[in-house]
Amino acid sequence: MAATHAGPSYMTIFWWLFVLTIIEVGVIFTPIAKLVIAILLISLAVSKASLVAMYFMHLRFERLTLGLIAITPLFLGTLLVFLLVPDHSAVPHKTADSVKVAPAAGPR
Amino acid sequence: MSQVATMHPGVEPAESPLTPESWGKLGMWIFLVGDAMGFGTLLAGYGAMRYGSADWPNPYSHLGISLTAFMTFLLICSSVTMVKALEAIKLERPRNVKLFLGLTILGGATFLGLQAFEWTKLITEGLKIYGNPWGASLFGTTFFIITGFHGAHVTGGVIYLSTILAVVGRSHNTARNYMLTEVAGLYWHFVDLVWIMVFTFVYLL
Repeated sequence: MAATHAGPSYMTIFWWLFVLTIIEVGVIFTPIAKLVIAILLISLAVSKASLVAMYFMHLRFERLTLGLIAITPLFLGTLLVFLLVPDHSAVPHKTADSVKVAPAAGPR
Repeated sequence: MSQVATMHPGVEPAESPLTPESWGKLGMWIFLVGDAMGFGTLLAGYGAMRYGSADWPNPYSHLGISLTAFMTFLLICSSVTMVKALEAIKLERPRNVKLFLGLTILGGATFLGLQAFEWTKLITEGLKIYGNPWGASLFGTTFFIITGFHGAHVTGGVIYLSTILAVVGRSHNTARNYMLTEVAGLYWHFVDLVWIMVFTFVYLL
């Protein structure tokens, strides 16, 4: 069985996750530049995901090699984003063949 | 050798160098790394489609943030009950183990119920997998595929945890119960972690 881990209690992590979620929802209604909002939201999401992985999944108390294996998708995901940059930089277009679906008629 | 391996030498004859507790834990980590790549690919593809489109609808104007924020809160709570169940096994309190595992399953099932409610509401408002009244047709496609893929994981998690509850509830082998619950917990926390990213990228950004 795993040894007892020293570190913040699970309830402390819960309250951090709760507060960060409230901040996330608050950020989208803040009158600041969209880029700043995006950077803030991504930073908050990465912080929350790290808290879950480090404390709830006990990654902080595992061997370094396992930690490196666990963060591999983050590097590969980032690489994938850069591979898709040519698509991002393409001229934004309206989807001409978009299927516009009329909202369903409400009760009369 | 780990306690589990000592008790079941025929099952686990050697220690895993990375996770001395059990090979199952290493296996779950490897599975989760692969699964994370699947979600990463979906989210990267979502980003590429979104930024390549000039008429992408504003997600939080149409998808509703309050319900999904509550769903996020629910998954975070279920992660806490999951670690509490593991703690209860360590403290040898079987009633608490059943209680906390049951609460985790209830949290997952409620999440699925709320997701079904959300999907029904959005479909009624006109969001379809092939189009929507608000802009780019891929908005609906990506929404249903990403949240559906995550929902399938939650469904799998609820079934997995129910099985673990049935097994752990009948067994008095603390070391084995701890190992089984820890491995299942890794999966459940991963589902929570992925939702944190989905909530940000699909609903908030």
